[in-house]
Amino acid sequence: MKAIDRVLNARDKDRPKITDYIDNLFTDFFEQKGDFLGKEDASIYGGIAMFHGRPVTVLGHRKGRTAEENMTCNFGMPGPEGYRKALRLMKQAEKFGRPIITFVDTPGAYPGLEAEMYGQAQAIANNLAQMSDIKVPIITIVTGEGSSGGALGIAVANKVYMLENAIYSVLSPEGFASILWHDSSKRDEAAEVMKLTSKDLLEFGVIDGIISERGTGFELVSETENVDRFSRLYGRIDKQISSALKELENKSAEQLITHRYEKFRYFDKDYLNETTSERMENV
Amino acid sequence: MISAVDQRKNKFNRYKDLRKNPTEMLEPAIKPVKEYDVWDRLNDIADEGTFEEFKFSFPETNPLEFEGYIEKKEVLRLEINLHDAIISGTCQIDGYKTVIAIMNKKFMMASMGMELGEIVCRSAEFAMQNKLPLIIFTASGGARMQEGILSLMQMAKTSAVIQKFKEAGGLYITVLTHPTTGGVSASFATLGDITLAEPGALIGFAGPRVIEQTIGQKLPEGFQRAEFLEEHGFVDQIVKREDMKNTLGKLLKLHS
Repeated sequence: MKAIDRVLNARDKDRPKITDYIDNLFTDFFEQKGDFLGKEDASIYGGIAMFHGRPVTVLGHRKGRTAEENMTCNFGMPGPEGYRKALRLMKQAEKFGRPIITFVDTPGAYPGLEAEMYGQAQAIANNLAQMSDIKVPIITIVTGEGSSGGALGIAVANKVYMLENAIYSVLSPEGFASILWHDSSKRDEAAEVMKLTSKDLLEFGVIDGIISERGTGFELVSETENVDRFSRLYGRIDKQISSALKELENKSAEQLITHRYEKFRYFDKDYLNETTSERMENV
Repeated sequence: MISAVDQRKNKFNRYKDLRKNPTEMLEPAIKPVKEYDVWDRLNDIADEGTFEEFKFSFPETNPLEFEGYIEKKEVLRLEINLHDAIISGTCQIDGYKTVIAIMNKKFMMASMGMELGEIVCRSAEFAMQNKLPLIIFTASGGARMQEGILSLMQMAKTSAVIQKFKEAGGLYITVLTHPTTGGVSASFATLGDITLAEPGALIGFAGPRVIEQTIGQKLPEGFQRAEFLEEHGFVDQIVKREDMKNTLGKLLKLHS
């Protein structure tokens, strides 16, 4: 399968949405809205829920399924209020010792007038910084499009997994082609060059594992209309979250922070390793 | 026999077209700030003869094996005598010792790849180990596209290190210069304890062109400029270049 086919799969309207993941993987979901600073952003959906008998905070991008939902959710493109809402939920999870599970599916943070006015850059930066030293386990699953800082803003996790057909990239292939080749129609070529598939990301060491989509109809571009086709996928995600939680719950707050910190501090050390042992030559 | 210098010159000419206009990505409506290079800036800020540059050496990186990327970097290195888009080291300002890093947009719009991210991190780590403040002059078009996902991850990497430095009690001052956008604005640039900006600097997450395309209308005048950010509460102060040294000196004194 070509990279562009993965991109199209990742964007497919028939893929499960965050609401489906919450319905199928958790119970007792209590939605929490608002950034408590004056705004609500429906493109981030989240709250408290039970996962196999333990309370967790779960949140993620919401694209919406119907045209109306798409509009309300701004197609899953959060503004600063969305990132602040996500952070509010995560800080609360930290207070109550709840693990955090995030689902990533966004074309990117919204490039709009108000978003800029209310500090899109600052909101994302703040999430990256604050997530890096949260005292509870964070697990991220990239389920569809993981595009740019808009994805990363809720993805600084101890464990990051991708669904087989999900993509994770610095920008959309269209944007990449537009910036580097001044031609957004070269998106297929860009998708290939960018190395944005789950397999690529695993090879780069940026993610911890790939969750198979076998049986969902997405292993090939297919027109299957079976609503139950995702049940096995939910099972696999459940298993992955369970095993990650099992591994992380034995760690102390300090160990969790160190674990997450080292993951993001040193993921690229092999590319920069000429001087890692020498560190600072000067002064 | 072609001499080494000629070889470099040939290479330089061959890639001349690549370095036409490094600012074209952003196309600001007005050029608000007269550009001056990192060394001019350093001269204006640091007490004379106090700057000691950190010497790093990194292997060449091209994780996507992106065509022309290495050559482009080689050309720019010859042209502006920097290995990547940032210089960093220690200096004194009004007698106060500090770690200072200055980004140079002449090098690929000071986009953030692994090397630049690593230098930001090591500068912060040096400041942490030596209990020094950290001042970064930011300027950037955003993530280094040619490094793909590994450039995106620099946002998390630098933010985590800056957070650790701040939590350890370190003073972090950012000076946002024209332009500071994309992945740099959405990571270490906007995490300062103190955030200063130069007059007229373009500061934002998305570039103005992308926003105009998205909303289908022209942006109001002054949108995303330093003054706009000040008005909306995202900078402590706008500081003119001629006042920068005094302001930084005062801030270092207030935290000494």
